[in-house]
Amino acid sequence: MKSSSTMHARQRARRPQHALIALVVTLILIALGIGLSTWQFVVVVALSKGLAALGLVLLLRCGLVSFGQGLYYCAGAYAVGMAMSHLGIRDLVPLLLLATVSAAVIAALLGVLLSRYRDIFFAILTLAFTMILYGLLIRNPVLGGSDGFNVQSPTFFLLADGALSRRTMFIITAVVVGVSIWAVQRFLATPMGRLGPAMKDNEIRVEYLGASARRNIFWNYTLAGALAGLGGGLTSFSIGHIDPDLAFWTTSGEFLFIAILGGTRNAYAPFLGAIALELIRSLAFQYVPNSWQIVIGVSMLVIIIFLPGGLISIARLWLRSAARGA
Amino acid sequence: MSEPVVLVSARNLRKQFGAVFAARDITVDIHAHSVSGLIGTNGAGKTTFVNMLTGYLKPDQGQIFFDGHEITGRPPREITRMGITRSFQIPQLFDSLTALENVETALGIVGKPLEQAEEILARFELTPFADALAGILPEGVRKLLDIALAMVADPRVLLLDEPTSGVDSSEKFEIMDRIMKIVREAEVTAMFVEHDMEVVRRYSDRVLAFYDGSILAAGAPEEVMRDEKVLEYIIGRPLQAGRPAQAQVVQEGAHA
Amino acid sequence: MLMLPAAIIDGIMYAAWLFLVAVGLTLIYGVMKILNLAHGAFYTLGAYVAATFVGFWLAGDYNPYYSYLLLLLAGVIGGLVLGVLVERGILRRFYKEDQVVLLLVTYAIFLILEDVVKMIWGVEPYVISQPYGLLGSFNIGLLYYPNYNFVILGAAILSGVGLALFLKLTRPGKLLRVVIHDREISMALGINVQRYFLVTFVAGSILAALGGALTAPTISVAPEIGVEVIVLAFAVIVIGGLGSLPGAALGALIVGLVRSFAVHYFPEVELFSIYAVMAVVLIVRPMGLFAAAEPRKI
Repeated sequence: MKSSSTMHARQRARRPQHALIALVVTLILIALGIGLSTWQFVVVVALSKGLAALGLVLLLRCGLVSFGQGLYYCAGAYAVGMAMSHLGIRDLVPLLLLATVSAAVIAALLGVLLSRYRDIFFAILTLAFTMILYGLLIRNPVLGGSDGFNVQSPTFFLLADGALSRRTMFIITAVVVGVSIWAVQRFLATPMGRLGPAMKDNEIRVEYLGASARRNIFWNYTLAGALAGLGGGLTSFSIGHIDPDLAFWTTSGEFLFIAILGGTRNAYAPFLGAIALELIRSLAFQYVPNSWQIVIGVSMLVIIIFLPGGLISIARLWLRSAARGA
Repeated sequence: MSEPVVLVSARNLRKQFGAVFAARDITVDIHAHSVSGLIGTNGAGKTTFVNMLTGYLKPDQGQIFFDGHEITGRPPREITRMGITRSFQIPQLFDSLTALENVETALGIVGKPLEQAEEILARFELTPFADALAGILPEGVRKLLDIALAMVADPRVLLLDEPTSGVDSSEKFEIMDRIMKIVREAEVTAMFVEHDMEVVRRYSDRVLAFYDGSILAAGAPEEVMRDEKVLEYIIGRPLQAGRPAQAQVVQEGAHA
Repeated sequence: MLMLPAAIIDGIMYAAWLFLVAVGLTLIYGVMKILNLAHGAFYTLGAYVAATFVGFWLAGDYNPYYSYLLLLLAGVIGGLVLGVLVERGILRRFYKEDQVVLLLVTYAIFLILEDVVKMIWGVEPYVISQPYGLLGSFNIGLLYYPNYNFVILGAAILSGVGLALFLKLTRPGKLLRVVIHDREISMALGINVQRYFLVTFVAGSILAALGGALTAPTISVAPEIGVEVIVLAFAVIVIGGLGSLPGAALGALIVGLVRSFAVHYFPEVELFSIYAVMAVVLIVRPMGLFAAAEPRKI
């Protein structure tokens, strides 16, 4: 009995160095992006979507499926676009901050309401709200209507004598993602962060232990919205164009797929899923252009049946055996 | 011996579900450090009483006081934080987490260091199950784990809802011994709902007998178990002379 | 002054179409407790099969009045075949999963079917407008409505009444009502719930395909038509109450009128208004106006 308790104590003491791992992963991403410049665009878009999916992972861990992450993704993108064209702000940092904060504010407002719902009603309500935004944008000529509008490259402090190059934008995206992963990993280690799977299992017990499930879900939802808003802001730079389709339910569906493909185990999983999805999509597009949705649909079913833990569960096994073999 | 302090008191509690009166004017005092057994047939109002005490139900009328503060109608999480916790008839655990993780979750919510988890499991003699998923544990172990979770917050009052139901009769007393030892060591005021009269007789200082939403009798176990009304409505009497064999069955009380 | 009657009539016509399109979805939810995202794909398929049948027929110079029969046939055959294939082939493997996983499964099926349609029919739109114009139109003052609208209205009423009678009067219908009301009790009563799943799913698929088939002459049939329809159908059944037949009718009427008034008076809020009503109902009365399911609300 003594040995078991010291084993657990040792496990707990071996706290993972989140900052270090996130840094390493960021550097790998940057190296990949610079090395494989043909894939740069694909990866940068994947990383932005991965942020929205990361928010979704937080919700999935609590047992909630949201069809509405697209709302915040779109809000972040439009915040950036409108700030650039109407307010003349061109610098990257204030723009991204604006994207994240506006999305977070909307999420907090809606979160007060949504944190009272569960299961299918939560899912449908999130779908309704994202479609509301879609409906608002698509008929609004001031905001570009159904065509949306273009977004120029931002400036960034010292490189202020011109717009950022694609490569620099990629590096910045990778760094932002690295920081986000670190932040979320830290969050998941806090008592509130660890409560998600417990709430998913037995919300009644959580309440009877003295915690407020509703408050927890509120914070997770707000954080999820903020992450999606950040992703939306980044994506507007990378793609250079935003339109109301970002708020259409199928965008949220794509984030959902990314989250399932990657897994919900930790903050790295959705990025694994996002990059995998973009790779699958690019390859499928090349070889079977009219059937790439079949590929995705079938992959989703396969994952649900055979690999409910997502790709991250394979990655962890592989990393663990590599570490043991080394 | 000091004057027994009233820790929990209920005044004129009423609760109705449609045409069913689950509580008709319940008034009772629970003293600190006491162990009370709640008996009564199904639907008599014991669980309703426990539910009202722990915030799951709001009484239609009446008040509940804990340590001088009114707790009527407050939500479960507030009442838990004030010091009243409960276990459940069907253990409410986090099935996809291990026993250890279950306790760690409780510790995290309460704000205590996670390192205490092993010690808590050891106190309940659940250490062998630390790394097993709660969902697949045997029923008796699940019950103990449920109670362990309720004890994590160092409550002053612990309510146990049928702690031995679904447990083998051979294990009942072993489990109750374990629980009561911990309860007395922690100086917790306990109340438990029970159908097994032998368990009630052995472990309670005081017995509250419920019937049809009212408390028929309250007092020391020997008194209450011999009370005329209690025998009539809850425990049952031996049949008239001539059928001794069946009298045996009836005497075991509300075990139907 | 003409705006008001125009808005109301438009609203009712649109409501009829909405009901036709949404009733299968609510039936499937009611019995199987599955929110079937693939519903949009069955609608699309029905439209394509109709386009093919009618296109064939009209090219062959046959009596164009029989094309209406072909539309019905297209819906029934398309829905039947695809419904059986999807339920037996894919859906039933996931029945033990929880509701939300099933939602994702139907989403996957939706994606797959969208591309299947593209594979078979290509991406160019099909037009079979002849049945639409063939019946002429009628006038109310300065407003004119194609008589084809009555086909849709008729189909909506027939399917609604037909389903209602089936559920109320026939034995399998009554058993289905028990299953809709409470699955656990029906299993306790010995009802073979899973056998009814196939029938229900196929019925829902046929209704969806019928909706698509009858709509085909009024639109240009393209691969994306299902995507918008599915959210509209969602809005209708959520407002009316998931699993409720009269709810679907009421929801269709509400959405139809709201949209129609928006289009006539405030065109900018057309789409927004529909989803806003949906959100309001979900917030105020999550189980919908005719409750048939309970909400999980804390």
